[in-house]
Amino acid sequence: MYKYDQYDQQMVDTRVAEFRDQVRRRIDGSLTEDQFRPLRLQNGLYLQLHAYMLRVAIPYGTLNSRQMTLLGDIADKYDRGYGHFTTRQNIQYNWVKLEETPDILADLASVEMHAIQTSGNCIRNISSDQYAGAAADEIVDPRPYAELLRQWSSFHPEFLTLPRKFKIAVIASETDRAAMKLHDIGIQMVKNDKGEIGARFFVGGGMGRTPMIGPMIRDLVPLDQLITYSEACLRVYNRYGRRDNKYKARIKILVHELGKEEYTRQVEEEFAHLLTQDIEPPLAELERIKAMFVDPPFEAGANDDLDLSDPDFRLWVERNCADHKAPGYIVATVSLKPVGGIPGDASADQIRLMAQLAKDCSFDELRVTHAQNIVFPHVKKADLYKVWQTLDEAGLGTANLDTVGDIIACPGLDYCSLANARSIPVAQKISERFGSAEKQAEIGELKLKISGCINACGHHHAGHIGILGVDKKGVENYQLLLGGSEGADTSLGQITGPGFDEDGIVAAVETAINVYLRERKNGERFLDTYRRVGMAPFKEALYD
Amino acid sequence: MKILTGNDLKHGHVVWWDGEQWSKFVNSAADVGDRGEAIIAREEGAQRVFAAYVIDGERDADGVRPAHIKERIRALGPTVRPDLTLKPGDPDASNWVI
Repeated sequence: MYKYDQYDQQMVDTRVAEFRDQVRRRIDGSLTEDQFRPLRLQNGLYLQLHAYMLRVAIPYGTLNSRQMTLLGDIADKYDRGYGHFTTRQNIQYNWVKLEETPDILADLASVEMHAIQTSGNCIRNISSDQYAGAAADEIVDPRPYAELLRQWSSFHPEFLTLPRKFKIAVIASETDRAAMKLHDIGIQMVKNDKGEIGARFFVGGGMGRTPMIGPMIRDLVPLDQLITYSEACLRVYNRYGRRDNKYKARIKILVHELGKEEYTRQVEEEFAHLLTQDIEPPLAELERIKAMFVDPPFEAGANDDLDLSDPDFRLWVERNCADHKAPGYIVATVSLKPVGGIPGDASADQIRLMAQLAKDCSFDELRVTHAQNIVFPHVKKADLYKVWQTLDEAGLGTANLDTVGDIIACPGLDYCSLANARSIPVAQKISERFGSAEKQAEIGELKLKISGCINACGHHHAGHIGILGVDKKGVENYQLLLGGSEGADTSLGQITGPGFDEDGIVAAVETAINVYLRERKNGERFLDTYRRVGMAPFKEALYD
Repeated sequence: MKILTGNDLKHGHVVWWDGEQWSKFVNSAADVGDRGEAIIAREEGAQRVFAAYVIDGERDADGVRPAHIKERIRALGPTVRPDLTLKPGDPDASNWVI
């Protein structure tokens, strides 16, 4: 894992002191709310529906146990005993007090964490593959590149006041586990015919009110030009992005309106100019970072067998675990979606428990996934049963990864001041309706995502089944979308037709699933059947 | 009726203008008529509240009820965590929201 150097620590500590003074001046009246608002947002402090909310950055979703333990302690000490893991691989606290926020940031800084650039029109937390460094199918660990981008984008003076927020994801395998093409910039580390590693750039993706799949604009950027090319992409956007209209200000609109070819031409022109300016950090810096992401000391010859005689354990392994690159090890995902639970929420005790398990059984590492779950990336197979038993006793042993119970849901109108409808109660009802292991096994892989407004924090466009909450004359209403995907086969869901009320949308999901079960062939997933048969049979069942 | 809501500066929690001071309980909310903006200016200027605004509401047999569901959830708390609402002992409290 990356470790702060003196500059990183000084930057974070200085920001804490600066914000402490800003808070003091806000409370004593020296600063008005209009003056203070942009300052608090630069430190991740929002005003939400019920209280201040603090969003803490978890760079590329990677944590160590000390950091995770502190996140649990913060939930107890400053909040109401829980945290909410988000679709940006971050954590949010919903009930913090303004006067205590500087102390929270100071605590975070003590474990090399912060809340900087988790809000505002800047480059946000860089996200990545939650299996990075462990996946059997990756060509390289993407996190050193994400870290290099994090350092470049932190406090970058040119990109702190972009036309709109800006999100970057970095992956390094053909299997996209990070919704990479639905980011402002998606970067896939690839290897060319000569065996050289470089960065493939997809620019102009995103969800929100105008969902777009980012087109590829460069097949391979050499490693010693990664930052320069990123800077060129940002510069063109910063220069021509729409600042006159918030709803057309994201880079996806610029790329769409210019067209991929013209945007690419401008980027290449800017890139050629920037190459003459020598802005690329020396490769030695990348090597310094890479040295902090070396593999942990995997035990050679570790037993690769698993005793699956416990049927509940077997189900969890089959559903929640993935192949590891090292023999004798496995990647385990902890579902934060118990039947009827609140997606992404974890109590302080659960957070600390996961931290302890990571320390004991995963080389001190955890990952937060964009699907609002937690990953132990390096579990020795010999330890896995004990890990699962401990999780299960704490209510964290649900075997439902990528099933209809593993729902992504934004906080919705229960917490969010932007939301139009509640997301969580819908997720809970669907989770309960399809809660049995037998039902989930019958349905198979089905990614269901719910957003409480058009901003799409719940990724509804990318759900095999998506649900969008809207306000219909003061009453919650829910639109149903089918056919979205966020993987290598990224696609955008299509709205089925008129919306439903809260109970109606749950019934509509069941209807859609029944159509799938009726129509599917040869072990097709829901998405496969939808793509083969199209919208017609679903619409017929839903509306006739 | 017109009622006035905002957030406590230090703690951030939702508050309602009861005619003399700020209360955590929407049932205390007073009808401010057309005086809302003047009260906001005075109270925000005195640092007693921030992000204040006027909303529509009505008084019925159960008390004051904001017109929009978003404000009713603000008034109660998250419907999915009854323990964190202002009526943690009332299992039916969230029905009031809907």
